[in-house]
Amino acid sequence: MKKLRTIAGFFIGLFAVVIAVFASGAVYVVNETQQVVLTQFGKPVGKPIISAGMHFKTPFIQEAHYFDKRLLEWDGDPNQIPTKDKKYIWVDTTARWRITDALKFLQSVGNEIGAQGRIDDIINSATRDVITSHLLVEVVRDSNRILQSEEKGEDVIVTDEALERIDAGRETLEKAILAKAKVLAPQYGIDIHDVRIKRINYVEDVRNKVYDRMIAERKRAAEKYRSEGQGKSAEIEGQVSKELKEITSEAYRQAQVIIGKADAGAVDIYGKAYNQNPEFYSFMKTMETYKHTIDGNSTVILTTDSDYYKYLKSLRD
Amino acid sequence: MEWQNVPTPEEIIDVGKKKVGDFWRFSRWFIVAIFLIAGLRGVMYSIGPDEVGVIQRFGRYIGLSSPGLHVKIPFWVDKVTPIKVEKVFKQEFGFKTLQPGVKTRYSRGNYRDESLMLTGDLNILDVRWIVQFKIKDPVKLMFATRNPLDNIQDISEVVMRRFVGDYSVDEVLTTKREEIDDLAQQEIQKIIDNYQVGVQIITVKLLDVNPPERVKPAFNEVNEAKQEKEKMINQAWEAYNKVIPKAKGTAEKTIREAEGYDTDKINRAKGESERFLATLEEYRKAPDITKKRLYLEALSDALPKAKEKYIIDSKQTSILPLLDIKNKGGN
Repeated sequence: MKKLRTIAGFFIGLFAVVIAVFASGAVYVVNETQQVVLTQFGKPVGKPIISAGMHFKTPFIQEAHYFDKRLLEWDGDPNQIPTKDKKYIWVDTTARWRITDALKFLQSVGNEIGAQGRIDDIINSATRDVITSHLLVEVVRDSNRILQSEEKGEDVIVTDEALERIDAGRETLEKAILAKAKVLAPQYGIDIHDVRIKRINYVEDVRNKVYDRMIAERKRAAEKYRSEGQGKSAEIEGQVSKELKEITSEAYRQAQVIIGKADAGAVDIYGKAYNQNPEFYSFMKTMETYKHTIDGNSTVILTTDSDYYKYLKSLRD
Repeated sequence: MEWQNVPTPEEIIDVGKKKVGDFWRFSRWFIVAIFLIAGLRGVMYSIGPDEVGVIQRFGRYIGLSSPGLHVKIPFWVDKVTPIKVEKVFKQEFGFKTLQPGVKTRYSRGNYRDESLMLTGDLNILDVRWIVQFKIKDPVKLMFATRNPLDNIQDISEVVMRRFVGDYSVDEVLTTKREEIDDLAQQEIQKIIDNYQVGVQIITVKLLDVNPPERVKPAFNEVNEAKQEKEKMINQAWEAYNKVIPKAKGTAEKTIREAEGYDTDKINRAKGESERFLATLEEYRKAPDITKKRLYLEALSDALPKAKEKYIIDSKQTSILPLLDIKNKGGN
C-alpha cells in the first residue's frame, strides 16, 4: 500500500512538472500550418522555426510569434478602372500569397492585417497599370478563337469592337499583373504566388448601354431571319415560275417537233403516191372538191357543153 | 397479508440509510469507472468508413489512420481530424439551393454579381453553374492552404469567367456548353493543383445560361423570327409542290396530243395515198372510162346538194338576164 502511494506520488509530481514547464513557456508547440519567430526582449533570436512539433525556448525571456505557413488568400475590393479604349469597368482581383520570410514579415508589416494593406497597394496598382494599358477586349477575351468561330458563319451580328484581333488575353494580363506584384512583395517577406482577375463588369450606365446594344443586335438578327425567310420564299416563287415556263415551253417545243415531223411525213407519203400520176391526182382532187364545195347555198350553172350535159344537148341536136 | 408488509416510517428511514451505506461502499469503483471511461474516451477514437484520420502529435503531422477503432495519446498530445474522402461536395454559383429534395427550391436572389459575366463578343450573360469535388489528399487539404473552399470558389469563378469571356453569346447559350464544362474542369484542376488544395474536381456543369432579364424579349424575338423564316420557306415550297407537278402533267398532255396528231396525220396520209394508188391502178386499166365515171359520180354526189342549178346552152353569151328574172320573181 505504501509502495502504491510512492508510485502515485511520483506520477503526480511528474504531472506537476510538465504543467509547470508548459505554463512557464519553456515548451511550445508549432502546428503543421504554422511557423514561429522567437524574440528575446523584442529582438529576434535565430532563424524562424518552420518544422512542426514540440520546441523549447528559454522561459519568460523568449517570446514565440506565430505566423501562418499556408497559402493565404487575398481578395481585393472591386476597382473601377478605365481601359486603354476609355471603357470603365469594375475589376475584381483575387490573389494567393504566403509568408516566405517570417522574420522580415515580422519586422516590416508585423501581422497579417498589416500585410493585407501592403498587398492591397501592390496588387491594385499593378492591376491598374496593366488594365489601363490594354483594350477592353484584351481584358475580356483570352484568345482569338472567337474570330475563327465568327468566320465559320455564326448567324448573329457582332460589333466590330469585339472582333478586334488581340495579342494579349486575360491570362496574359494576369501573368503581367503577377510579375509586377511579385517584384515588390519580397521586401515584406511575402511571396505573391498568384493573381487572378475574378470578375469584370461594366459600370452601371455602361451596362445599360450594353443591354440596349444587345437588344438592337438581336432585333437586327431577327430582322435578318425574317428577310431571309422572305428572300428564300421569293426565290422559291421565282423557281416556280421559271420551272413552270421551262416545263410548258419544253412541252410546246417537243409537241411542235412532233407535229412538224408528222406533217413532213404526211407530205412525203402523199408526194410519193401522187407523184406517180400528178395529172390524175389533180383530177381526183378536183372531183373531191366538187363534193365538198357544193352545198345547199350553192348555185350551179352548167353549160350544155359540159360533159355532164353533153348528152342532153346531143339529143336536141 | 399485504398490509403486514407495509413498512412504518422508521423502517423507511432505516432502509434508506442502508441503501446510502451501500452506495458509499460501491462509490469508489464508481469513480474509478468514470475516470476509466473518461480516459478511454481520450485514448480511443474511431474513423468512419468514408473517412481518413489525419494524426498530429504536438501539431506535427505523423500519419493517417484508416477506418476503424484506434488508440492515441490523450491530453492534447495527439490530435486526430477525420476527413471525409469519399463524399462528393457541391459548390453552387449564381444561385443557392435552399431546400434540396424532390422539389428543390432555389434562391435566385442576390447572386447577380456572381452570375453576370461578359462574353467574348462583349455582351452580358447570366450564367449559373455548379462544381463538384472530392478530397483527394487530406494532408494537403489540411496544411497547404488556409481556406480550401474559398480557393475552389474563387478559382471556379476566375476560370468560368475567363472561358465565357472567350466564347460568343450564342456559343455559351447553345453549342459550346459542354466544351466549356470540360475546359473549365481541367483548368480549375490545374490551378488548384498548383495551390495544392488537395481536391479533385469531379464535374463542372453549366446549368442555366440566360440573357439578362431586360434583353430576354429580344432574344425570344430572334427565335420567333427563325420560326417565321422556316414557316415562310415551307409555305413557298408548298406552293411549289402545288404548281409544278400539275404543270408537268399538263406538259405531258401536250406532248401526248402532238404524238396523237402525228399518228393521225400519218395514218390519214397513208390511207389516202393508198386509196389514191388503188384508184390509180384502176384508172390505168381504163383511163377514159374511169375518169368519166369518177366525174359523173362526183357530180351526182354534188349536184343534188346545190340549191339552184342552171343549165344553159353553150351559145348563150350572157346568163345575167336569166338570173335577174329569177331574183325578181322570188322577191
